[in-house]
This record gives sequence, structure tokens and C-alpha cells, in this order.
Amino acid sequence: MKLNKKIKGVSLHIIPFSEIRDLSISDRIKKILTLVLSSKVLIIQGRLRPEEEIRLIEDTMAMVDHVKSFRGIELAVIEPDMGNENMFMKIKKGIAKTLVGHHNALTIVGPASIVKEIKKDPRKLEVLLR
Amino acid sequence: MMKILKKLWKGLFGKKGELKIGFYGPPNAGKTSLANVISEDWTGESIGKVSEVPHETREIQYKEKVEIKHKGKILVFKIVDTPGIATRIDYEDFLHYGLKKTEAKRRAKEATQGIIESIKWLDDMDAVVVVLDAAENPYSQVNITIVGNLVARKIPVLIVANKIDLKNANIKKIEAAFPEYEVIGISAKKKTNMDGFYAALFKLARKI
Repeated sequence: MKLNKKIKGVSLHIIPFSEIRDLSISDRIKKILTLVLSSKVLIIQGRLRPEEEIRLIEDTMAMVDHVKSFRGIELAVIEPDMGNENMFMKIKKGIAKTLVGHHNALTIVGPASIVKEIKKDPRKLEVLLR
Repeated sequence: MMKILKKLWKGLFGKKGELKIGFYGPPNAGKTSLANVISEDWTGESIGKVSEVPHETREIQYKEKVEIKHKGKILVFKIVDTPGIATRIDYEDFLHYGLKKTEAKRRAKEATQGIIESIKWLDDMDAVVVVLDAAENPYSQVNITIVGNLVARKIPVLIVANKIDLKNANIKKIEAAFPEYEVIGISAKKKTNMDGFYAALFKLARKI
């Protein structure tokens, strides 16, 4: 049997909070999507505000519509210090902390062509690659 | 700006006009099935087509002046059924449901536009019913993003755990994820616990 498939590896790109702190919403989203389009899986220090997350989804959809072979993103946020709290508290704290520049969380964003699924429950996160 | 003007108008004239209640959630959670049950119960007409193929609803669909009665009280509102919000759309996923390539591609294109439309309508809602599939993991980022945006916009939320007729449905998991919200378990398909849902809808309307 001939094996044609090669393991190409995954390019992880770490973005420290300081790199996006002073950017506008548009510039943050643009930076994230530009990197995702170049097939990088991003680990961002901090989390986006809810309005940024929804804008990321909105702009992602616009790009799926216009960029051939782009199928979207997989997205997840982990907050190591809040493992036992429910989602509502996370949302509330997330909103409060993003307003003061919270960067204890990690946001993972990857192209859907590479990241098959990010399985999340309150205590663990599994990133499944294609 | 529009929201401020709307609040100012309400403050000046004390009238809310017709309430807009949006049905939001991930694809295939049963938003249209639930909207259809409500609409059929109270107007005799359905709102949209349902299908097991994800992203069947790709445009905002609504029914105006839906008047529901519960325990002697009346609630009149506009049902706004929205396309499911997702972070990825792959036309190849639709091929597994027997769609032809061109049809699948067209569906994918329309689905992306539907998601953008859903998001744009968020600001215009007076209250939102978030419909989740009780058999699925509620801890997805899409669910968190939707609820997070509603919290940030101060829009009242009711969470519906749909498909409780399924064997692997788990309302407790959804309740554990969203303990600050009332979670109503229903089956839109089997019309289970619709009374409980209508009671919760009246409670939701009081929060507006």
C-alpha cells in the first residue's frame, strides 16, 4: 500500500496581549483573520470582548463567502483560573475583565481546514486536528 | 444610536410598540420548529421549512402580531426566526445529506449570508429565546458568544433546551452551564411542555 498523505505539521502562532491591546476592533479582527488565512493556529493571550467575538464570526462569514477554499474558523476560550465556575459567571467575569484589559485567558482560533473541532467542557479543552 | 432613540421614544410616549422576540442559537437546534409551533398554535400558519440538513433557515423569517394568551393575559409580539450561527460553513458537509455539489455550494453561500444577517438583527431584538439542542454539549463558543452578546446588550434571555424527547438529552447540563437563566425543556417536534414554555415567555416579556 502506498501512503500519499504527509504529516505537514501545524503552525502555532502565539499573540501576546500587548500585541493587540492598542488595536481597534477592526484591526484586531483583521490581524486574526489574516493569520488564520495563512493557515496558522493562533493562541491569543486574553479574550476578545463579546462584541469582538461576534464581529469575528461576522467577518469570518464574509470571508468564507469571498475567499475560495476558506471554510471558516474554530474558536474557543479557556480561562485556567475559572475551571469550576459556570458559563454565566465566566461570561460576566469575561466582560468585566476584558474592559480592564484582562489577559489571563487564552483564546484559540484556527482555520476550520486544519482544526476539525475544539471540544470543550467546563474543565478541559481538546483541539482535534484534521 | 438607534437603541438610544428607541429608549427615548419609549420614555416619551410610554409605548413599546410590537415586541420583537428573536429565536437564536446554533444550526439544527430547532429554532424554526419552535417558531412554527408557536405560530401554528396562535395564528394557524407556519413560519418556515424545517429539515435535518443544517442551515435550512438561511434568511430571517418572521411573523407579526402573534397574539398568545396564557392564564388570562395576552402577549402580542413579532416572532423573528433567525438562521443558526456558526463559525464554519463547509459545502462538503452538505454533500453527506445527499445534496449535489452545486446545490451544496449555493446552500453554503446563502448560509454565510444568513449568519451575517442574524448577527445584524441582534441589536434590534427586545428579548431573545436561545434555542439549544438538549442532546448537544452546551459549552460551545458559539453559545457563549451569543449569550455574552445578549448580556452585554442587556437583552433579556430565555434558554430553551429543545429535543428533550431524545434519549441522550440532558437538560441538567444546560442548567449547569446557565444557572442564572431559566431553562425550559421542551420538544418542539412532539409539542412537549409548550405550556411551560408559554409561561416562561410571559416572564421573559415582563423583563423588557
